[in-house]
Amino acid sequence: MRKTFGFHGGIHLPANKHQSVRTPITAAGIPPELILPLSQHRGAPASPVVTVGERVLKGQLIAAARGVVSVPVHASTSGTIHAIEERLIAHPSGHLAPCIVIATDGQDEWIAHSGTPDYQALDKADLINLIRNAGIAGMGGAGFPSAVKLSVKPDTHIATLIINGTECEPYITADDMLMRECAAHIIEGVKILHHIIAPDETLIGVEDNKPQALAALLDAAQGTGIEIVAVPTRYPSGGEPQLIEILTGKQVPSGGLPSQIGVLCQNIASTVAVFEAVVLGRPLLSRVTTVTGDSVREPQNFRVLIGTPLRYLLEKAGYEAEQNNRLIMGGPMMGCTVPDASVPIVKTTNCLLAPTASELPTPPPAQACIRCGMCAEACPASLLPQQLFWFAQGKEFDKLEHHNLFDCIECGACSYVCPSHIPLVQYYRAAKADILQLRRDHEKAEHSRLRFEARQRRLERAEAEKEAKRAARKQAAEQRAQTAGEEDPIQAAIARANAKKAAQQSNAGTDSALDTWEKAVVTTHTRLATATAKLDEALAQGSDLVEALQGGVDKTRAKLAAAEQALHDYHRSYRAASAGTPPVDAARAALAKAMAARALEAALGPADKARADLEKLQQRLRKAEDMLVQNRINGDEPKVIEALELTIVRLTGKISAAQQQLNTAEDA
Amino acid sequence: MDFLAQYPLFTALLALVGLAALFGALLGYAAEQFRTEGNPVADEINKLLPQTQCGQCGYPGCRPYAEAIANGEAINKCPPGGAAGIQALATLLDVEPIPLDEDHGAAKNAPAVAFIREEECIGCTKCILACPVDAILGAAKQMHTVISDLCTGCDLCVEPCPVDCIDMISQPESVQTWRWQLPDPVSRRVDIIVTDSVHNAGSRDRAA
Repeated sequence: MRKTFGFHGGIHLPANKHQSVRTPITAAGIPPELILPLSQHRGAPASPVVTVGERVLKGQLIAAARGVVSVPVHASTSGTIHAIEERLIAHPSGHLAPCIVIATDGQDEWIAHSGTPDYQALDKADLINLIRNAGIAGMGGAGFPSAVKLSVKPDTHIATLIINGTECEPYITADDMLMRECAAHIIEGVKILHHIIAPDETLIGVEDNKPQALAALLDAAQGTGIEIVAVPTRYPSGGEPQLIEILTGKQVPSGGLPSQIGVLCQNIASTVAVFEAVVLGRPLLSRVTTVTGDSVREPQNFRVLIGTPLRYLLEKAGYEAEQNNRLIMGGPMMGCTVPDASVPIVKTTNCLLAPTASELPTPPPAQACIRCGMCAEACPASLLPQQLFWFAQGKEFDKLEHHNLFDCIECGACSYVCPSHIPLVQYYRAAKADILQLRRDHEKAEHSRLRFEARQRRLERAEAEKEAKRAARKQAAEQRAQTAGEEDPIQAAIARANAKKAAQQSNAGTDSALDTWEKAVVTTHTRLATATAKLDEALAQGSDLVEALQGGVDKTRAKLAAAEQALHDYHRSYRAASAGTPPVDAARAALAKAMAARALEAALGPADKARADLEKLQQRLRKAEDMLVQNRINGDEPKVIEALELTIVRLTGKISAAQQQLNTAEDA
Repeated sequence: MDFLAQYPLFTALLALVGLAALFGALLGYAAEQFRTEGNPVADEINKLLPQTQCGQCGYPGCRPYAEAIANGEAINKCPPGGAAGIQALATLLDVEPIPLDEDHGAAKNAPAVAFIREEECIGCTKCILACPVDAILGAAKQMHTVISDLCTGCDLCVEPCPVDCIDMISQPESVQTWRWQLPDPVSRRVDIIVTDSVHNAGSRDRAA
């Protein structure tokens, strides 16, 4: 017989287990509707891989694991996907969570599957993969993904593999019944785990209040080297650190993991799931759940499909709703009250407790802490619950961590023994949640700080680069100015232009007008030629510049015409000039004439001036009328006639204005 | 020697001057050798600030405010930090915690993140330039979006948006974000004598 060790504290509770072990495990059957939450465990929720209306078979994957700490979800029976929506789940918050709802068809039709009975041939990683794909999460309480737990770091040696069959919480008998009825499967599952982990020893710890289970396991484990250890009944011997201490005498370091002291724990129900997954190729679709409490007529254990609504199961056990004061999922110490009987059974639901008011009365109002110290005596983690209580009330998080709040397994032993009925565990849960939130906030703040500083650096760098470029440009400009000191390009260009202008001016004075016009005609000709060539090219390519080029060609053509006309005029006038008086003298005569007229005009008074204007206008009017008559006789274009008529009207207006001006001038 | 023997005062003076020079040199060396880079107090303060970089305190980011606090600025100008932040700063600096200065904005209960109504975004990049933690993704004339995990909820992107398509959305509580609260202190109130309870008082009246 193996020597067992004790652990600090612990309490003896009325077991209340006898009610539900009278009958063997019963299959609960197929409910009309299955609700499968996407998150039934610690870690990231799974993501659905089916669509609404799709028919699914029993064992078909309906939601895939997302990330490492995540497990997939399978259809527990055949049917059609009714909805993927938010439903009420068993969670203390009472919040809705995403679920896949299956309308079952009752045929329970399996998807094709095959196991690997000769698993010894498989690689360790392949076996762990099989377990992960079967969606196995710890079926005891917290629901940590089994595959993650089994993936031990290669440098860690696991000396002891412990299978937890203690089931220390009152009322719950699911593991007890499983051990009695499926001992062979359990041992097979343990063998697989033994094969994966390869420990020095493998122990199954069972509380000594389950003699039948112990006997069945001892019988099944004959000759396998697996040791069955009866541990003294004391709550909470099933806590992972507590069971490790009982069986090995070693304490898990504060804030550490059991693997640090070479121990790995697995729940007994998980071993059956591992056996079914590896040897039979079946994913985790059902579990054994105890339905008990004084408000059910036939407390018993059911093999129930994951996702079965509680109401369906309760009715199978003869539920008397009017007697029930609250529904508890899990045991009376660590379970949580569920808001409604419509919530589904999940992978971690080992018990459904429906007590009457006299059986589990609502706790009386809390009174002041009297510092009796009973909580410290009961605490299995050797903590100081009353100190933690004070610090939690004052939100002194540093002190809480210093007093190892995170070693608390929330077993409820302190609250149970508290004579003042203080809900101590709730204080610890709140404080833990606050601290974790604070840590997350701090992590996020740190991340934000880094991003802010990185951005700040980037902006500074960009500014510095800009500054450097500006400086470089300035320097380059200065350098150019220096090198061009003797020969400034702008000055040179100005000088060139001046020289050209001067040369032109000197030529223009003489008879070079002819040259200028001839040159103009020639250059315009070349320009027209190039413009036309460009236009042709653009037309050929279908470029959108065609219009602009066309305009250019037209303009050049007009210029050419003007230049030719000018050249022609020049030739004619030159000839005329050479025939009569020289042009210079003619211009002088015209100038003299104009000056004389100006002088005469200046000598006139305002009245005379006005009279002269009037006369001039009347003369213009007469001329216009003559032209109009002649045009009409000739039958010229109507446009010209119209214009002439308009001119006559305008001139008549002007004459009347001039007449008026003359009158005012004469009056003056 | 004779002079020193004759006037012991000078001996003492000489010894003191010598010692002063020696320690001065030592201190000078230590000041150079063990110089601390940056401002360690501001670093400590900066660690306690929420790093939303919202600028509600009047400084361009948390770090500048931390430096200002180190130089004597009031500790109650950070609305995102709230009362808990002021308490932490007061503990660090060993001063009395003071209530939040409401001039710089009220403390928000729920953390919010920016959300861009993408069909309305014109791709002007103004919000990207405003974001102190580079949490907005996008390019000119392309739709922008907020990486909600990185958003600190500082509000700074809301004002520059020319089409007003940015909303600050507070995160609804879910199963993942829910957390246990401390038990209601009211439930711990105990009826010590019969008249404490309204219910009991009513029943006594009926009895009478």
